Amino acid sequence: MKKIEVLGTGCKKCTVTAEQITAIAKELGTDVEVTKVTDPQVIMRYQVMSTPAVAVNGQLAHSGGIPNREKIEALLKA
Amino acid sequence: MLEVFTWLADWLVYGVAGLNPESKLGTSLHFFVEDTTKIFALLVVMIYVIALVRASMNLERVRHYIQQKNRMAGYGLGAGFGAITPFCSCSSIPLFLGFTSAGIPLGITMAFLFTSPIINEVAVIMLWSLLGWEFTLVYVVIGMGVGIGGGMILDALKGERWLKDFAAKAYQQAAVAPLSDEPAPETPSLTMRDRHEFAWNELKEIVERIWKWVIIGVGLGAILHGFVPDDWFSNNLGSGQWWNVPAAVLAGLPLYSNATGVIPIMESLITKGLPVGTTLAFCMSTVAASFPEFIMLKQVMLWRLLATIFIILLINFMLVGWIINLLAPWLFSSL
Repeated sequence: MKKIEVLGTGCKKCTVTAEQITAIAKELGTDVEVTKVTDPQVIMRYQVMSTPAVAVNGQLAHSGGIPNREKIEALLKA
Repeated sequence: MLEVFTWLADWLVYGVAGLNPESKLGTSLHFFVEDTTKIFALLVVMIYVIALVRASMNLERVRHYIQQKNRMAGYGLGAGFGAITPFCSCSSIPLFLGFTSAGIPLGITMAFLFTSPIINEVAVIMLWSLLGWEFTLVYVVIGMGVGIGGGMILDALKGERWLKDFAAKAYQQAAVAPLSDEPAPETPSLTMRDRHEFAWNELKEIVERIWKWVIIGVGLGAILHGFVPDDWFSNNLGSGQWWNVPAAVLAGLPLYSNATGVIPIMESLITKGLPVGTTLAFCMSTVAASFPEFIMLKQVMLWRLLATIFIILLINFMLVGWIINLLAPWLFSSL
């Protein structure tokens, strides 16, 4: 199972990102656990400056906005 | 070229709707139609073009660049990048920590965050089209000045003492092991298609975020324009007693708006005789000192630092108001 964290201090874009990842994972039948991370300390540890960002299994995989569909599929398949 | 929008408004309001150009409703509606069509047309074109150019810019590169410079240059760069970097206020905290943990002084980081809401491409486009280039230039200089000045004062007071523990620790660690020796982050190589996609998304995102503000701002401006008699402010508030400026700053505080909503109102306030400095003080206070932003910063700062920042900003806005009121006769021959 993939552990996906959506990093961001809680604006609308972060919510949208989390929703889209969950929806696309369901479509593709990928087993994921999506959590939203709002703790600034954790976000700092990932060295992210532009949110929303996405980490897969503890590895930073995307940052700086809502990822598009292609990007999300790539994240889920990787 | 921009006369097109005046003609359009003439035709729609006085022609099609048949309103009298002398009436209050007619003048208000004309103002509304002309300004909204003009602003939206300019915004759509300019946001797209600017986004094409800055598609390859990111915060990692900005941070690296600021790190390379000495402290004095750092304040100017902080404020300058705050003005031009695409940046959403919900990224304030990650940005703050990213800069701090790279050893960038608090004042420089705050210069970036102060300037960011005041100056952006949308504000500049609107000011330019509504109030002319002289005013736009003064606005940009003042916005940068508020950021740079605020940052320098904050460092002079050693504001970093009042960071939350984890942020203070990250800052100290960076001082021991500076990141600045690291190579610059790579410039992403972008095709024209990537740039177009970025610019298109930016355009959609920004317009979606601000269209309501434009309508509300221009709407209020139009009502002021049509229904408040000319020179109402100078007749009722006197011609700029000293206390007008602090009063304007206090009046702006509880109003939380972005620059997009305030600028059309500024235009009307100025033409109704409110002194330019007082108007600017009001505008800055509305745009740059917003409570939601402050509450967010609480995650990385102690109350003491927040209060200090708040007071520094208020003093800066008042200084802006007084200084510009004094200089206005020389600065704006046209207003």
